[in-house]
Amino acid sequence: MKGQERTAAAFRDRHAGGKRPRRVERRRSARRGWWSAAYVAGHMQALLHSLGRMAQKPLSSAMTVAVIGIALALPTGLHVILQNLQGVSAGWENTAQMSLFLKQDVSPEGVESLRSRLEDMTEIAAVMYISPRQALEEFRDSSGFGAALDSLRENPLPAVLVVRPRLEFNDPQLLRTLRERLQALPQVDMAQLDMEWIERLFAIMEIGRRGVLILGVLLSLAVLLIVGNTIRLAIQNRREEIEVQKLIGATDAFIRRPFLYYGFWYGLFGAMTAWLLVNVSLALLSGPVSRLSLLYDSARTLSGLGLNASLALMMAGVLLGLLGAWAAVGRNLREIEPE
Amino acid sequence: MIHFDNVGKRYAGGREALAGVSFHLEEGEMAFLTGHSGAGKSTLLKLVAMLERASYGQVFFNGQNITRIGKRRIPYLRREIGIIFQNYKLLNDRTVFDNVALPLVIAGVPYQEIRRRVRAALDKVGLLDKEKRFPVMLSGGEQQRVGVARAVVNKPPLLLADEPTGNLDPALSGEMMRLFEQFNQVGVTVLIASHDLDLISRMNHRVFTLEQGRMIADGRPVRDR
Repeated sequence: MKGQERTAAAFRDRHAGGKRPRRVERRRSARRGWWSAAYVAGHMQALLHSLGRMAQKPLSSAMTVAVIGIALALPTGLHVILQNLQGVSAGWENTAQMSLFLKQDVSPEGVESLRSRLEDMTEIAAVMYISPRQALEEFRDSSGFGAALDSLRENPLPAVLVVRPRLEFNDPQLLRTLRERLQALPQVDMAQLDMEWIERLFAIMEIGRRGVLILGVLLSLAVLLIVGNTIRLAIQNRREEIEVQKLIGATDAFIRRPFLYYGFWYGLFGAMTAWLLVNVSLALLSGPVSRLSLLYDSARTLSGLGLNASLALMMAGVLLGLLGAWAAVGRNLREIEPE
Repeated sequence: MIHFDNVGKRYAGGREALAGVSFHLEEGEMAFLTGHSGAGKSTLLKLVAMLERASYGQVFFNGQNITRIGKRRIPYLRREIGIIFQNYKLLNDRTVFDNVALPLVIAGVPYQEIRRRVRAALDKVGLLDKEKRFPVMLSGGEQQRVGVARAVVNKPPLLLADEPTGNLDPALSGEMMRLFEQFNQVGVTVLIASHDLDLISRMNHRVFTLEQGRMIADGRPVRDR
């Protein structure tokens, strides 16, 4: 009866302090903070336990993960496409330039000093001088009006400074201000900037960006609902177990934990699925895209999901999973009370 | 250990399950709670385990008034009470070992310690060789002993049993009662709800008798058979 003696000894230990109220017990439990090994072990256990539960029903778990993956892949994929379009348009923006038509009475020295002054401006990357003669020749070559031009007694074309702004200033608003400043220069007859197409492009891109945002929000909501519903079903399936746990002194936090980790895993696996879907789709698109860009004489290739975007996707997945689980758990666990 | 002071319980719908019940169960005592079905036995046990709250009166556990105890503190209170159910309430998808370990897992006991204590508890109820089985592979008597092992594994000062022999034959019932007596001998307070008057009368313990929610008798059994 060694066991009995041990039990008796343990019992005496328990009661060594006499008839103290049992609050002591509670305080000891409360002191078990996040730093304690037992607390961490409890979380690890719940984490692995919920993973094991998912593995027990591989088909339904995989289907839920797939749905979450597709829901996350849509906005992510559109985001990648938008990024690529932005990359392309950044190439175009690079060609944004301004033509300064100088007044006829500006001397060659004046042109030279204006040019060096412009080159010193922070907004400007490069300045190219096209003399009236060059302009005329260019025009003659491209227009086919050679004979007509020869009949002119003097060159009607003004000197032109072609200004290429720096990339940082490639913004419609900034470009417009720059144009106004240059227009105000005394040597300049007219400063011309063809911005309409840039503005249109920006507007279209903005619509795209907004669209992706709306889609992202809606599909995130869908993920929340999917996870929430899955967790709700899991709770219902384990009703009996939850009742027993409550009967033998499990705190709400303890019961909640494995379900929250369900959400965590669903979110993480869903995000990983989305990542895979997006990358596979990009791989499928990359061939046609590089052929297309070759036709445009460009070596542009499709850029994929970067490290930051991938991490953001994982974080979003995990966060949505946890949030959905939290919402489901709060409502459904309260309903289950042992009788 | 348990003290009821004029306690009543009225369920939604108006049924009065307990009315003006007062009693005191000392630490280290063993007692039976008897009466017909619907006399209020289960309700009384539920009030102790805080599965229900009293409609009026005061309930004390271990010197502490638990009548209006906060919801967050109930789990910690229940860890001080080992509860045994008529239908065992075991988790059928977990092994005997895992079932018994549950209270310790909930209390955050380290794994090595869990192993040692679960085996000690299973040894006590004579099921050490069945720790890897699942509950459905065991007989009713064995399942009930798993339930007992789970109730005592974290060494609670109080054991509550609601019809623990309801599904057992007389021989197994007697065995179960002797198991309870063993725990009582090492200082655990035991309160058993049972309508098995035959069994109760053969044991010399205090008996509370309930009838229609009122406590009509409190004393030793009269051996009139």
